[in-house]
Amino acid sequence: MREEVYSGSIQRIEVMGTDDDDDFPWVEEDEYRELYKQMVLARKFDEKAFSLQRRGEISTYAPHKGQEAAQIGAMFALDEDDWMAPSFRETAAFIARGAPLDKIFQRWMGDANGQAGLSEMNTLPVAIPVGTQNLHTAGIGMAMEKKGDENAVLGFTGDGSTSQGDFHESLNFSGVYNAHSIFFVQNNQYAISMPREKQTKSETIAQKALAYGIDGIQVDGNDILAVIKAVEEALEKARSGEPVLIEAETYRLEDHTTSDDSTRYRDEEEVEEWSKKDPLKRFKEYLKDHGIWTDELEEFEEEAENRIDEAAQKAIEMDDPDIEELFDYVYGDNPDLIEKQKEQWMEAQK
Amino acid sequence: MTEKMNIVEAINAALHDEMEENEDVIVYGEDVGEDGGVFRATKELQEEFGEERCFSSPLAESGIAGTAIGMSLYGFNPVVEMQFSGFSYLAFHQIKEHAARFRMRSRGDYTSPITVRAPYGGGINALEHHQESPETFFAHSKGIHTVIPSTPQDAYSLLRKSIQKEDPVMFLEPKKTYRAFKEEVDRDKKVELNDCRIAQEGNDLTLISWGAMIPLAEEAAEEVDADIEIIDVRTIQPNDYDEIVESIEKTGRAAILHEDSKTGGMGGDIAGKLQEDAILHMEAPVERITAPDVPYPLYTLEEEYMPDKDQVVNGIREVLEF
Repeated sequence: MREEVYSGSIQRIEVMGTDDDDDFPWVEEDEYRELYKQMVLARKFDEKAFSLQRRGEISTYAPHKGQEAAQIGAMFALDEDDWMAPSFRETAAFIARGAPLDKIFQRWMGDANGQAGLSEMNTLPVAIPVGTQNLHTAGIGMAMEKKGDENAVLGFTGDGSTSQGDFHESLNFSGVYNAHSIFFVQNNQYAISMPREKQTKSETIAQKALAYGIDGIQVDGNDILAVIKAVEEALEKARSGEPVLIEAETYRLEDHTTSDDSTRYRDEEEVEEWSKKDPLKRFKEYLKDHGIWTDELEEFEEEAENRIDEAAQKAIEMDDPDIEELFDYVYGDNPDLIEKQKEQWMEAQK
Repeated sequence: MTEKMNIVEAINAALHDEMEENEDVIVYGEDVGEDGGVFRATKELQEEFGEERCFSSPLAESGIAGTAIGMSLYGFNPVVEMQFSGFSYLAFHQIKEHAARFRMRSRGDYTSPITVRAPYGGGINALEHHQESPETFFAHSKGIHTVIPSTPQDAYSLLRKSIQKEDPVMFLEPKKTYRAFKEEVDRDKKVELNDCRIAQEGNDLTLISWGAMIPLAEEAAEEVDADIEIIDVRTIQPNDYDEIVESIEKTGRAAILHEDSKTGGMGGDIAGKLQEDAILHMEAPVERITAPDVPYPLYTLEEEYMPDKDQVVNGIREVLEF
């Protein structure tokens, strides 16, 4: 005898240009404008960081162009007491969270002081290894459940990370312990040069949730309203102990980092196709179509550029960290060994 | 008030007392709940403190360490168990690249005060990968403390101190001596991390060791006709080893005994320290008595692999007779 013991399905959320948009307005009018402004700021940040890298002010930069809707939409849905755990391409998310622009530049310029003070906004510092930060998202979500708190943690990760063991362990632990965790996969189609279809044989990334007994949903990651809707739904579940995996389908319009040359592994036509779905352009058209567009938004581009330039300049002019900082954040109370080496290194500088 | 305990009982007592004192201390890992851990180090903790605070986790070492980091960032003090130190490599990335770096990465804004316990070392006829001595991997991970107690008192006091630390601690437990002997343990005695312990005073030679090799060092010292000072390193890193240098200034001779293999073992670091800071006091080259540079064997050859009393005695004599 054989019988079906499990079957599952995955749904996808889209809003812009669909019947669902009858629910307009999704958010307050001024919130629409704020979202657009954040997207413009993020785009300008990206452009500036790129040129600073070319000028040698930044060593390596990971652009997020094309992923603004995914990141800013997700952050918009969070409340202040919800936590955020980034990977390394979440500069737009940091901007949406309210991290000072000059501090974000400072971190990209190689100074960890740009990541000081993040605990005030329940935000973790950037983690560079791929996918390992998902376990912190799981652990924070487990802790929220244990403390009886009614908040949640959203952790960003990429399509490449879903091949990592830690990603799967994160989903597994979260399911077992009713973690208040949302795993937000930005499926930007490439892990450096590896296209999504070579990364996994799964038809969707969202369906990986089903194996762990948690909810999975796919969302058009270039549709900021769909992202907000998906994350709001996920938050409602996660806050009561039902973790969620969200796959935001999006596209990295730029190279993986400033050290990468994406023309070697993807063709122009593909990039052009996705450029038509550029989340910033789409949102701008949407706002115009719905009568929310204002002259102020028209002029914001210049203001954003100025703010970004000022922040970048401020970061450039910041002093490098003192040498003693090498030794000051290794241990809580410095052991003798570290104190002695600190003295030696300080002495050598004189 | 003191009480006679062996090492595993002392560990159980330390976990118990920390859990009682601080409700943010939670204990988890493979089989640590109902079963009390495969070595019973977490025995009866679940009964006393409930499943919320002591529980068996899915079988995933990286998952255990990584979620513990997340929980610590949200205010808990997790004490997690790697069932055997030979399986801790799966968690190595989380411990080295994340737990150890949160303070630095956030300029002190976040810390990850986790304690990772692991039964460590060989000598119990266990399966492959169950008998490893990975202390140098963790010693090389800056930002964590790597601790190896050798006595019930130190196991108790150092584990409590490790849990209280605002830093991550790798706490390696010499499982060969888990139940080998008992001693009076004073629950009020506090011991600082990062210092060595003079296990036995002497004037002729300093024998430096840790973990399950300390009883062997003591046995060997009795065999030779000389006054041997034994130093129990007990915190592998960070430790400035100045107590060892001071001892060499007195004895002029040193031998290092560890069950890890020679190349890349901590004995090389200690010998390097002595060469830098004590060379003019030394009457003989430093002798390292270690396992050979081969993988830990299946157990029929275990006795040949691990340092034994004869090797230690011969090693000491060589230094004394140089």
